[in-house]
Amino acid sequence: MTAESATITLNAKDYGSDQDVRWCPGCGDYSILAQVKKVLASIGAKRENTVFVSGIGCSSRFPYYINTYGFHSIHGRAPGIATGIKLANPELQVWVVTGDGDGLSIGGNHLLHTIRRNIDLNILLFNNRIYGLTKGQYSPTSPQGKKTKSTPMGSVDFPLHPLSVALGAEATFVARALDVNTKHLAYVLERAARHKGTSFVEIYQNCNIFNDLAFEYATGKDTKDDTTLYLEHARPLVFGKQRDKGIRLNGMDPEIVTLGDGITEDDLLFHDERQAEPSLAYLLSRMHYPAYPEPMGVFRCVERPTYEDQVMDQIRTATSRQGEGTIENLFDNGETWLIN
Amino acid sequence: MVVATKRTGTQEGSKRIIELDDITVRFCGDSGDGMQLAGTQLTNTSAIFGNDVSTLPDFPAEIRAPAGSLAGVSGFQIRFGSHKLRTPGDMVNALIAMNPAALKTNLEDLEPGGILVVNEDAFTKNNLGKAGYDQDQNPLDSDSLSGYLLYRVPMDKLNAKACEGTGLSGRAAGRCKNFFALGLVYWLYGRSMEPTLGWIKDKFASKPAVAEANAKAIKAGYYFGETAEMFPVRYAVAPAKLTPGRYRRISGNEALAIGLVTAARLAGKTLFYGSYPITPASDVLHELARLKNFDVRTFQAEDEIAAMTSVVGASFAGAFAVTGTSGPGLALKTEAIGLAVMTELPMVILNVQRGGPSTGLPTRTEQADLNMACMGRNSEAPLCVIAPATPADCFDMALEAFRIATEFMTPVILLSDGYLANGAEPWRLPDISKLPRLCIKHPKTGDEYQPYSRDKKLARPWALPGTKGLEHRLGGLEKRDGSGEVCYDALNHDHMCRTRRKKIDGIAETIPNLSVTGDDHGDLLVLGWGSTYGAITLAVEQCLKEGLKVSGAHLRYLDPMPSNTAHVLQSFKRILIPELNLGQLLHRIRASYLVDAVGLHKVQGKPFAVSEIQSEIEKLLSNGTTA
Repeated sequence: MTAESATITLNAKDYGSDQDVRWCPGCGDYSILAQVKKVLASIGAKRENTVFVSGIGCSSRFPYYINTYGFHSIHGRAPGIATGIKLANPELQVWVVTGDGDGLSIGGNHLLHTIRRNIDLNILLFNNRIYGLTKGQYSPTSPQGKKTKSTPMGSVDFPLHPLSVALGAEATFVARALDVNTKHLAYVLERAARHKGTSFVEIYQNCNIFNDLAFEYATGKDTKDDTTLYLEHARPLVFGKQRDKGIRLNGMDPEIVTLGDGITEDDLLFHDERQAEPSLAYLLSRMHYPAYPEPMGVFRCVERPTYEDQVMDQIRTATSRQGEGTIENLFDNGETWLIN
Repeated sequence: MVVATKRTGTQEGSKRIIELDDITVRFCGDSGDGMQLAGTQLTNTSAIFGNDVSTLPDFPAEIRAPAGSLAGVSGFQIRFGSHKLRTPGDMVNALIAMNPAALKTNLEDLEPGGILVVNEDAFTKNNLGKAGYDQDQNPLDSDSLSGYLLYRVPMDKLNAKACEGTGLSGRAAGRCKNFFALGLVYWLYGRSMEPTLGWIKDKFASKPAVAEANAKAIKAGYYFGETAEMFPVRYAVAPAKLTPGRYRRISGNEALAIGLVTAARLAGKTLFYGSYPITPASDVLHELARLKNFDVRTFQAEDEIAAMTSVVGASFAGAFAVTGTSGPGLALKTEAIGLAVMTELPMVILNVQRGGPSTGLPTRTEQADLNMACMGRNSEAPLCVIAPATPADCFDMALEAFRIATEFMTPVILLSDGYLANGAEPWRLPDISKLPRLCIKHPKTGDEYQPYSRDKKLARPWALPGTKGLEHRLGGLEKRDGSGEVCYDALNHDHMCRTRRKKIDGIAETIPNLSVTGDDHGDLLVLGWGSTYGAITLAVEQCLKEGLKVSGAHLRYLDPMPSNTAHVLQSFKRILIPELNLGQLLHRIRASYLVDAVGLHKVQGKPFAVSEIQSEIEKLLSNGTTA
């Protein structure tokens, strides 16, 4: 390495673009942007080798505010664009920024298939449970009964749970974080960035204009300790302000128990993010407020060959077997004849 | 109607040999009968012999429709000749029908007095019923076929007998009867069995019993022709006078695949092909998937939209990016193509057209996506549209597509169709040193760079992720010219819409002029585009021979059209535009050039017969009124 090309350490603000950020004041997106920049700095991301790809929606303005390469594409299609970028140049680190409408409604199909291929992308799904940019219609993650402009009598749509969907497609990295818990968010984002394969992160993000306080149960000072549960690998599922409550398995179902009176941490369900089967992670993804505390952190982190590595392996194998193709042998299919 | 002309007669042994300029044969049978294979073998053998060849496969959309049914009939037409053919022939000189359904669906295309070879054993009551014949009225026994030279061959029995001792089951041996029929045709037209025997040996190297049975079947068919006193004459077709060189048989889809890889190799680029399987474009994906040692990266996407968006992404990252599809797929790709127009990235979109609308006629040909290719996007979204004229031209136009895409930083839609895709002709291997070199330039670190600055051709720079210092953001929102920043300014939008259109118009300065067959001015110009080239050219040539004052011209560039198009059109009193749609080029020509052109339209899932165009020309020139 020459002196010129020696790594120059960038800090978080070096990743900011010169564009004015146009999200509404108080939007949860600001916090996510700040943490992403911080993580880019901490992983030493090279700006020129980093690409942010997005679809359409509030969250999808994200690439304009990061001064790496970026692509603000069309509604729901960011995973396809990102796949093409990664396959054309696997050296690039590619992030996908999407929302609950963009990723799970119009782009649901792409999300599912991108995840199952395990292409090395970091997918951040900003879930605010509402359509913001189109001014307040219900989204595929809005709860049933949600009253919006397009559902004056309440939504009759049954919602999707993003992590269950990702696990159904057997994502190799699945996590959840909250926009306002910045330290934990940064931890989760860094884990996602360092994972090889598709990383899927659901970020609870408050839309203070059209769906304010949607996650207040999980962020409110008085309630958050009882409504959220922070996952730690190989540790029992404990939560509560006094850390006196836990999750125990009763047959196939999780149940909330209070520690003491003969119940110890050893009786509780232990988290294992590396389990080959996604069943435990799926069970955790099914725990919803108000019946359960909602898990935060890394649900699943396993290794599986990435799509692009396998594609490139096949190219290398074919090339070593047949030699690098030349135009001459492309033309001559072995069934040629000569006319004199 | 083009009928082979009889030239000379000679005697060889007891059989008279008649020499012809060209012959058209069609094999037809159940879709599981191996008709495509028999046809392909006759094509290869004739090409190796030195004939010009032209083929027209015709198969149902169903993989295996019920045996014996009309829906399940599969056909393969091949014409071979001692001169340049251009089309697979209007009427067939010989029809090989393997069952009653095949006879029923194909007889109308057999010329009067033509050779009709039938597998007599398949004309059972049951099969007659399935084909809609009266079960008690075998057409072979009636007078209905008296206008043809009917040869009843008990192929099932003869083939079974030939395959005895190979160890194959009766059912497996039955699958060889296409080769029995092929052997008979080889004898009838004096073809050598060697190329096919060689192919059998290679193909079934690991299945010696199958190889033996197929070899025995073809020989049995051949010797049956020789020994049975059925056929009074044999026919011969001399080799064609083709330009010297090394040749291979090529279909339109093969030529597209090879052309794309060649373009990428010449430019030193990775070829990325993102596609979703669809008839009749899938063979391009199959061809390319085999070429991994050429650094071809194929991606079978989850749907047409993802295929298109992956291509946009791959182009952004610097690959030669291509997608291939057919009409319904192009409809789905529309929005992403608009994004490609807005981001001004180079890429190629193959549309192998088929009958529509909707699912339409998946395996049949049509030219009805011209409007969609030129105009099928929201707002003002111009791009370049080109169309190859023959299967081999697909190679040249694939190279041309990338030349234009990269020189002008634009998506290019290439309109092929089912007829070109599956049709085949001999292709002279090009001199590699004379192929156009694409010189691709990417801005480098330190270069003065603005994402939407423009060169003389109005193309913007293609800066690639991975280049330090050129980090930029693209997207579907309107751009400020130059900086490429998001811009909602009214006058900038007006300027950008006009600039994008002007850029595409400028391509006209880099493409060949429209050339005219026949006089460059006169009473009637026949103007075509795409795959109708062969039929139109033959019809014009035929009319010229008859002394009619007619000329022909063919558009391979649809948007923009060649610079001299207006001049050519204005040099003729009348213009006839035959196309396999209800007048899409016609309307573009009338709207763009204010000429009173008339159309000849056909939407039957079939190519034009030369005779159809010829008689329209004759009609127009004789009565002087519009069609």
